[in-house]
Amino acid sequence: MKISFILNGTDQQVEISDGTTPLLWVIRDILGLKGTKFGCGKAACGACTLHVDKIAIRSCSYPVQLVEGKEVTTIEGLGTEQNPHPVQQAWLEEVVPQCGYCQPGFMMATAALLNQNPNPSEEEIDTAITNVCRCATYYRMRKAIHRAVELNTNDNEPKNV
Amino acid sequence: MQKKKVSRRKFLVRGGLGTLGVLAVGTYVMRSPIRRGIAGALNTGETPYMGNTSSPIIWFEVTTENTIVLHSPKVEMGQGSFTGLAQMAADELDVSMDQIKVVHADSASGNLDGFATGGSTSISTLWVPLRELAATMREMIKNEAALKMNVALESITSENGIFSSDGKTMTYAEAVKGVTEWNVPDTPALKDLKDYKYIGKPIARVDLKDKVFGSPLFGMDATMPDMLYGAVVRPTLIGATYVDADISKAENMPGVVKIVKEKDFVGVVAQSYTEAENAKNAIEATWQVERSWQTSDIESMIEVGKGEPFVIQKQGKSESILEDSEDTITASYKSPIGAHAQLEPNGAVAHVEEDKATIIMSTQVVKITRDEIADRLGLGTDQVNIVPTFLGGGFGRRLHTPNGIQAAVLSKAVGKPVKCFLNRQEEFQNDTFRPPTHHVLKGKLNAEGLIEALEHNVSSGDVAFGSPMVPRIAEPILGADLGAWRGGMIQYGGIPNFRTISWRKKLPFATSWWRSLGLLANTFAVESFIDELAIAAKKNPVEFRLAQIQDNDRGFRLKEVIKAVAEKSGYTDEVIDGRAMGFAASTDVNTPCAQVVEVTVENNKIKVHKVTCAMDPGLAVNPDQVRAQCEGAIIMGISASMFEKMEVENGALTPVIYGPYEMAKLKDAPKEIDVVLLQNADFPGAVGEPPLGPIGAAIANAVFRLTGQRLRELPLKLS
Repeated sequence: MKISFILNGTDQQVEISDGTTPLLWVIRDILGLKGTKFGCGKAACGACTLHVDKIAIRSCSYPVQLVEGKEVTTIEGLGTEQNPHPVQQAWLEEVVPQCGYCQPGFMMATAALLNQNPNPSEEEIDTAITNVCRCATYYRMRKAIHRAVELNTNDNEPKNV
Repeated sequence: MQKKKVSRRKFLVRGGLGTLGVLAVGTYVMRSPIRRGIAGALNTGETPYMGNTSSPIIWFEVTTENTIVLHSPKVEMGQGSFTGLAQMAADELDVSMDQIKVVHADSASGNLDGFATGGSTSISTLWVPLRELAATMREMIKNEAALKMNVALESITSENGIFSSDGKTMTYAEAVKGVTEWNVPDTPALKDLKDYKYIGKPIARVDLKDKVFGSPLFGMDATMPDMLYGAVVRPTLIGATYVDADISKAENMPGVVKIVKEKDFVGVVAQSYTEAENAKNAIEATWQVERSWQTSDIESMIEVGKGEPFVIQKQGKSESILEDSEDTITASYKSPIGAHAQLEPNGAVAHVEEDKATIIMSTQVVKITRDEIADRLGLGTDQVNIVPTFLGGGFGRRLHTPNGIQAAVLSKAVGKPVKCFLNRQEEFQNDTFRPPTHHVLKGKLNAEGLIEALEHNVSSGDVAFGSPMVPRIAEPILGADLGAWRGGMIQYGGIPNFRTISWRKKLPFATSWWRSLGLLANTFAVESFIDELAIAAKKNPVEFRLAQIQDNDRGFRLKEVIKAVAEKSGYTDEVIDGRAMGFAASTDVNTPCAQVVEVTVENNKIKVHKVTCAMDPGLAVNPDQVRAQCEGAIIMGISASMFEKMEVENGALTPVIYGPYEMAKLKDAPKEIDVVLLQNADFPGAVGEPPLGPIGAAIANAVFRLTGQRLRELPLKLS
């Protein structure tokens, strides 16, 4: 079957024999974008989080046939070094990553949260961000989430990193 | 300056694009290091780097863009050592941080670490040799610059990759161009610590941007042209041995290229990952299983008193004092089986050809993996190149990576590159677990309310023993498993009589290195018990410990972190507004660490709100990364101390997925972590593991003050 969707702002068409193939593997192995990670394959860890129509989904358990006609954004489309997304800018300023493997998933989950709720409470953050980071960089993540809120709402100047 | 001509043969001038000179100075600088045992490495942190010293090895490349490529024999798994190594090299090379790029040395480069990346030793063991290599290289290039600029060597200064003399300048790249024979000076003197521009500064990680913008850094991200996907049927029960497999259904599944039956495993190669997984699931393998194990079997095996005891520490005569006394206080503690649960699964991309093999993978043991794969393929070690990548978490899980063998065997069978990795269930079932432990502690107070005698008996599954990093013949020499007793020794040398006894227990499933090894469980037991003694003595737990620390350098550094954490946290025994504090301290690989936690209990659930941590790793090459390691280790320690536990049910290790394997998440992380860094030594010590020590006991000690319940088992749960 043919599936058409928008990937990081560009029209994309893939030919796939099994429409239930998880979106993750189409993005990683057919389209070659490796920023979205495989962690568990059961939507339990969030390493594969990306956006479908601006909503965070766990792509390891999301059949590719469901993205027909939709907009998909991955970490590669969130921002660039020249023009980082506020969440990425906050992650840079707080030096969040350690091993870094889970971080794209966390940044995508955070970007989707702030898109829906620009100023979340601590409880709302706790409820929304349920990914797993084994390096346990959660302390800096929380600081970075608050910093991203600031960057989003106050048009603060980004700090040099 | 004494000069040694180095023949061109000794230099591996590789034809890489943009590469001018490949400098193999390692052979000369690192001649005849004193090789100490692995026990020394883990216990004192003073072991030298155990790299190759017998043949030319590549450390640095100078590129046409005037940047330096540092080939690191240590892998980057999040601990930040690439950044520290870059700082160390840049400072002695006189280049800026932007001019240095750190890459993983592949095994073909010859820059092979005979040990591993682990044990919190990357920065500490390379501290002297890497700076000496960098300084030697600077002088070698400077010598060429002097010849080309036609000025006296002594007149040249160097900064930001540029030599200057008498108004003339020359870049390192220009100096290196066309050089085929080098003069190697004797190792130059290193700079004074105060003269370093980067060492000691909180510089952002060198891999930060790649990790924020989603660059393909990891073994899982690797590809090769024309690559296929492999999957291997793995055992689901403890002790299962592969017998045979019915592949009739799998053979005809979509996308299948080949089913590969080996003597010890069966696997499939297919066009895509999902097709490989589907076909693998259709293979009906038969296994030989001798026994159906249960958690209770394991707990019974691991009791102190069973197995082989080995006294690892002794002062005075604690045995007779504790045996004869009615005042002896006794308590026992337990810790469960722990999973590594690192996010990136183990796997490899392998391409095996007739006379060579290339394997790209995440591993902490490049040399061991190369040797194992060469052995399996029947190739020489010089025909196998392991290309290490950034690790999506290490934590000890990649200190044995035989999964590379399976990818290589599958590739050989189809004559094409194959990518093969474990799924999450397979990761949990085939982990090399943190072993469960059982501890019995005995203590007696004297008339002044201080400890007269103390004994710690620890029984544990194997950690270092059984590992490919510790040869079998070394086990009787070492006596006890140094990984199992790590952190288990009594650190209060002022106690007149004490012993630590390690009981070895080989378990029916793989147990191994888990970040900080025995430190987490041993410190939980010992520091909880010291707290029990302090309470029996009606003393403040901080003062109780300070009074029993010996008067030497190690004791001084331990005292200082204890005092610092007590002061910064405002430690008190009193419960204020439903919040209690708990204190504990540990010494790991010569790095003392003390922590105070603040906890509440709501709905019978423990919540950690704040952790104050004082640690003295000696010189902090990158204070921000030291802080990051403390913050991460503290939360990982909270996760292991409060949530994590593997069970054994009807022969299977369970659970096999995140969620049911409960771990700390963002909501469980303390909102305040205050790290106080002391630097009471002029060399860098261990950083990545020591802060995992105190946390479990600190929480348990706080919970006791709050509830009166003494929790003696991890994970900590109130009844």
